Amino acid sequence: MVSGKGGTGKTTVAAALALALAREGGRTLLVEVEGRQGLAQLFGAEALPYEERKIAVAPGGGGEVFALAIDAERALLDYLQMFYKLGSAGRALKKLGAIDFATTIAPGLRDVLLTGKACEAVRRKDRAGRYVYDHVIMDAPPTGRITRFLNVNDEVAGLARFGPIHNQAQAVMKVLKSPETAVHLVTLLEEMPVQETADGIEELRGAGLPVGRVIVNMVRPHHLDEDTLRTAAGDHRAEVAKALSRAGLGGARRGGLAERLVDPLLAQAAEHASRVELERAQRGVLTGLDLPTYELPLLGAGMDLAGLYALARELRKQSVAE
Amino acid sequence: MSEGEDTVGMDTPPRLAVDRLLDDPETRIVVCCGAGGVGKTTTAAALGVRAAGRGRKAVVLTIDPARRLAQSMGIDSLDNTPRKVETVGAGGGELHAMMLDMKRTFDEIVEAHADGERARAILANPFYQSLSAGFAGTQEYMAMEKLGQLRARDDWDLIIVDTPPSRSALDFLDAPKRLGSFLDGKFIRVLMAPAKVGGRAGMKFLNVGMSMMTGTLSKLMGASLLKDVQTFVAAMDTMFGGFRTRADATFRLLQAPGTAFLVVAAPEPDALREAAYFVERLAAENMPLAGLVLNRVHGSGADQLSAERALAAAENLEEGGIVDQESGKAGLRDSGAEPTGTAEPAGSTQTDRTARTAQTTRTANSPETGSPGPEGDTEAGSTESGVATDTAVVDRITAGLLRLHAERMQVIAREQRTRDRFTSLHPEVAVAEVAALPGDVHDLAGLRAIGERLAAGVPAGA
Repeated sequence: MVSGKGGTGKTTVAAALALALAREGGRTLLVEVEGRQGLAQLFGAEALPYEERKIAVAPGGGGEVFALAIDAERALLDYLQMFYKLGSAGRALKKLGAIDFATTIAPGLRDVLLTGKACEAVRRKDRAGRYVYDHVIMDAPPTGRITRFLNVNDEVAGLARFGPIHNQAQAVMKVLKSPETAVHLVTLLEEMPVQETADGIEELRGAGLPVGRVIVNMVRPHHLDEDTLRTAAGDHRAEVAKALSRAGLGGARRGGLAERLVDPLLAQAAEHASRVELERAQRGVLTGLDLPTYELPLLGAGMDLAGLYALARELRKQSVAE
Repeated sequence: MSEGEDTVGMDTPPRLAVDRLLDDPETRIVVCCGAGGVGKTTTAAALGVRAAGRGRKAVVLTIDPARRLAQSMGIDSLDNTPRKVETVGAGGGELHAMMLDMKRTFDEIVEAHADGERARAILANPFYQSLSAGFAGTQEYMAMEKLGQLRARDDWDLIIVDTPPSRSALDFLDAPKRLGSFLDGKFIRVLMAPAKVGGRAGMKFLNVGMSMMTGTLSKLMGASLLKDVQTFVAAMDTMFGGFRTRADATFRLLQAPGTAFLVVAAPEPDALREAAYFVERLAAENMPLAGLVLNRVHGSGADQLSAERALAAAENLEEGGIVDQESGKAGLRDSGAEPTGTAEPAGSTQTDRTARTAQTTRTANSPETGSPGPEGDTEAGSTESGVATDTAVVDRITAGLLRLHAERMQVIAREQRTRDRFTSLHPEVAVAEVAALPGDVHDLAGLRAIGERLAAGVPAGA
């Protein structure tokens, strides 16, 4: 399960993780549950239907990555079909708004269907008795909702005290709380996402759900170490102007091209310095969470398929290193 | 020329005049919407602070503020009623802030519309408890309900609304209708219907169908849940008409001329794609769009220096200063230890230049790199070694500054491409850009600074 605050790039990280985990000869399923078609956009594919389809081959000619956009309504109809053989009655229910009712409003049913479908994929075996997917990665709802989303099975189990939904919920919950599941939280080195990550971990732990790693995304390179920044922030304008001039960027005299660059460059450095300081503080908070972390770099050129593969290689490197 | 009509070039969208929007007494509601993580709540809070500072009596309805942002407005304890934020108002303006408690809001509706015993029965119903504690759509519905209530009280002349952190920005418009139509809809009637229509001959077939259906639902959900739902529906019966009516009324309120939507985004592809959907949707619903607030836009005071040139220059310095003859007019003082400020030596002589060349060359082979060069060894006296180190340090710093700048320019270029896509789709949408801040905002001073940037509409310098 990959969760994270909005804007931290959890869809990208989920996809990179799926690519990283798809070893040679293996298969990974990447699951989307929020109907945003974020995976299709990321991979530059057509909108994903409600079926598992191969979307990529992992880096280095490794395993295959399949993708699935789970639609709660379709999942419910499937479910009814499977257990009750309700072909036309299912359509009648739909017409009456019952399906809409069930998936939109009925407490937690939607979430049970979404997690239930993912759990089904986790447990599915082929004829030879081997698991069809080595890993199932879910691009899960954001941190603020993740515990309720995963734990809703408990809620449903409490509300629907008997019957198939009750049983289904229990079975799903068992998979989710097992050591086979890990909830990874994506964050940036910024105050709000880090705070939300800390809160999310507390909630997940409180609900007995297995917390995996913290994945720090979009980590910026630090071009200047602290000493350098201090020096730059000091009164060295003239020297810097001359250095710029030496580097071929115009005159260092007052009003010269190089001289006019000094102030904006120093301002950018000061901004960078305060960001580095903030990042250091946030890193401290994350260290206090006492969880293993991955770090992914900020891609200056923006996110595209090449960038996605670069992140996947980075993830592989980091788990190899451990 | 009025503010809103500023156009700089063909590809530049009109500038969103935030102050004019806030100052206009006709503006009664501002709705901030957009994808998650783009700074909606901060924008709403900053607009509130700015409006109050400009004499409006404003209330900000936040949905799920980060703790420190809430603290900055003194609403860190969960509270469903507006409280005054001190030291913000000016010229008769005031700021009140509140945080939506959706369960409390739902409970209040029940309490207001059902007598004591029935209200208690509803509040104790397990189905109601799940519904009100936050299933899809409840938060959106309750935000709209709260907005309707605030507007009806008429205690404020400006209401600024944050919208819930939905999976998609569009949920905010759709969910209230969904919940409204569910609560007084066909299906819930059907759940109640068997008892009511049972005796009528013409309904027999239908009745059989319904029994089968409720039977199926009962199997599916478990009989107890269905019974909870039916009890809930029975208890809520008199209130149902109200839900749809209220949802419709709020929807109309959003279409009224006193309402202004601000779509909030960051210059990232996902956020701007959501923003584009939202712009289209607002148009389809006849809802008045004031413009796009683009948060966290990067700028540079040195944007005349391209990323490529900055990188080349940085390499140049790191490789030990290949001397550029054309720009070599600047002299270098002997003492790097004494910063010279902005004043240049009056005359850079040929001798100066020669000295500098020697120093620069030696820098390349300075003791730091561990490979003493022949020229350095021959020309550098022991008294000059401090100067040499300083030059190397300054070169290294300067190279760092240049690399930092190159990175900034790349970010700017990427953001520009992303924005250009949006602008080409929706050239008519006015835009206010808010320069990226190095840190998070969590006090009133920070919110004021954001407000100023919003009003300026273009990122100032770096």
